[in-house]
Amino acid sequence: MSTADRLPRLLALVPYLMSHPGAQVPEVAKIFGLSEKQLIDDLQLVWMCGLPGHTPGDLIDVSWDGGEIVIDNAETIARPLRLGVDEASALLVALRLLAEMPEFGERDALARVIAKFERASGEGAAAVSSQVAVEVDAAPDALPVVNEALRRRRRLSLRYYVPGRDEITPREVDPMRLVVVDGRPYLSGWCYRAEAVRLFRLDRMLSVDVLDVPADPPADAVADEVTPGVFRPSPTDELVELELTAEGRWVAEYYPCERVTELGEGRVRVALRARDQGWLVRLALRLGDTGRVVSPVSLDESVRAAATAALNRYESVS
Amino acid sequence: MSRRKTERLLNLVICLLATRRPLSAEHIRQAVPGYDADNDEAFQRMFERDKNELREIGIPIEVHKDPWEEDPGYRIVRSAYELPEITLEPDEAAVVGLAAQVWQRASLAEAASGALLKLRAGGVQTDEAHGVLGGALELRVDTQDPSFPALWEAVRDRRAVRFAYRAAASQNVLTRTVEPWGVVSRRGRWYMVGHDRDREAPRVFRLSRISGPVTTLGRPGSVVVPEDVDIKSMVVYSDAAVRERTALIRVRRDTCQGLRQVAKAVRPAGEGWDELDVDFTDPGRLAGWIVGFAADAEVVGPPDARDAVICRLKGVLA
Repeated sequence: MSTADRLPRLLALVPYLMSHPGAQVPEVAKIFGLSEKQLIDDLQLVWMCGLPGHTPGDLIDVSWDGGEIVIDNAETIARPLRLGVDEASALLVALRLLAEMPEFGERDALARVIAKFERASGEGAAAVSSQVAVEVDAAPDALPVVNEALRRRRRLSLRYYVPGRDEITPREVDPMRLVVVDGRPYLSGWCYRAEAVRLFRLDRMLSVDVLDVPADPPADAVADEVTPGVFRPSPTDELVELELTAEGRWVAEYYPCERVTELGEGRVRVALRARDQGWLVRLALRLGDTGRVVSPVSLDESVRAAATAALNRYESVS
Repeated sequence: MSRRKTERLLNLVICLLATRRPLSAEHIRQAVPGYDADNDEAFQRMFERDKNELREIGIPIEVHKDPWEEDPGYRIVRSAYELPEITLEPDEAAVVGLAAQVWQRASLAEAASGALLKLRAGGVQTDEAHGVLGGALELRVDTQDPSFPALWEAVRDRRAVRFAYRAAASQNVLTRTVEPWGVVSRRGRWYMVGHDRDREAPRVFRLSRISGPVTTLGRPGSVVVPEDVDIKSMVVYSDAAVRERTALIRVRRDTCQGLRQVAKAVRPAGEGWDELDVDFTDPGRLAGWIVGFAADAEVVGPPDARDAVICRLKGVLA
């Protein structure tokens, strides 16, 4: 935390200590994201401040003997500052996002909390938070089922579609965590087919059923991190270079590129990594004349061979 | 911010909160340690800066101008300063705990954690540990576009913005001037909607296509958001006006799994092949998908869809 944030922090620290008498130094330091030394420095500063006059009777009294913090004579700033527009809006936008997912059954609580915060933070925040919206993807049918399995700690049976390989596979999964990233839900769970933790997009579950088997992921399994787009190349995957016209630039927006070089007139050269050769061929075919593979040459050859074979279908008939 | 300055500002806050009647600058100069006692001009400058800094962190300083007094008076009205009493039921505390984590990797992370600190400082019980679904539900919104913070501020402050923008598939980057109405996240991408001053019409901009810095124009509050505007619906690509048609596609048996999932009908069509009926609106988009299956799929009709595929494949070989 930078020093410019110190005053707002002190104006929250004092009320915190007033409402938590006897709080311990390590615990308070953790909550405020400070080292114990920084916290004590804050306390020393607070101890120098107080009402005009600044006689001992006017100053804030604070002690931390044995690590237990006791504060007194700070009634003037005993309540925290009200929520700023950014602060209240950040919470309100998030609460409204959650309210768009009735599957979690928190509707009542959300409506009450939103009303409380709108009242507590004034018009500004209510207005801004209605101007910032996160849309939830048309809730896939899988959401209530996955929700139920998590709630009841049951195993799931799915048919899962992997577009990169154009493959549908049956899986049994012990659900661990449901993560909604940018309005799109993913399940992280122990996949018995892969014998590892895997991430599943709910809109790619073609069918999903709760099994009458308790979920029992290995004790040391850790829920997956969700990276945006779930497009997770590994550094060992081959680096592929594509040249794109202005019409093909969308590739640079949709997939994480390691390098994007402008070539003028909207054309770019991009370098990206992908785990799956089949996916790359598909991408290059889809691009048509709006992109071409620069390297490796072998990939370019595969793309051309696939296009020639496909074109033969059409030309042999007509 | 230096330690001395933090002390002075904290004392100033306490002084202005403690007083019932507005205090003149001269009175404050005597009451708050750290102000220059000799140089009037230096004091004035410092006092101005201090007031601005307090306002920037959201502290409301009231200015009184009584007709019979020469100098204005200052004070902080307690009810405008303090966080109102908020009590949360356990289910409410759980959704607030969840909401506060939504922005953890985004530009609003600081605002959200600041809000949570103030709530805790005010004695509000929030519950980050149990959350919703026993902690197995996580909501996250990412804001990776560099222009997001500037646009959020412009929306918040109701100011117009100017930025360099490359429209989809365009060869040129053009300067756009927009009165922002809001920002919307949809399917993992951020959009800004607003009134485009040059085109004199509502427009939608994708944040990933903004290049370089965003500058703000005009005074805060100068942008008027139309009351009936629905920012979310503006971002939805509307193809309601386009007639949906059905393509007949021949696919090799045991291939094209994704295509089979969306097909209205699947019929056997001779040795090793099936026929699918697939709805589509735009032949180009259909072609982009079908060419990815290379020689495993062939669009039989309608003719424009078939031609779109042939054209795309020839583009690859061009």
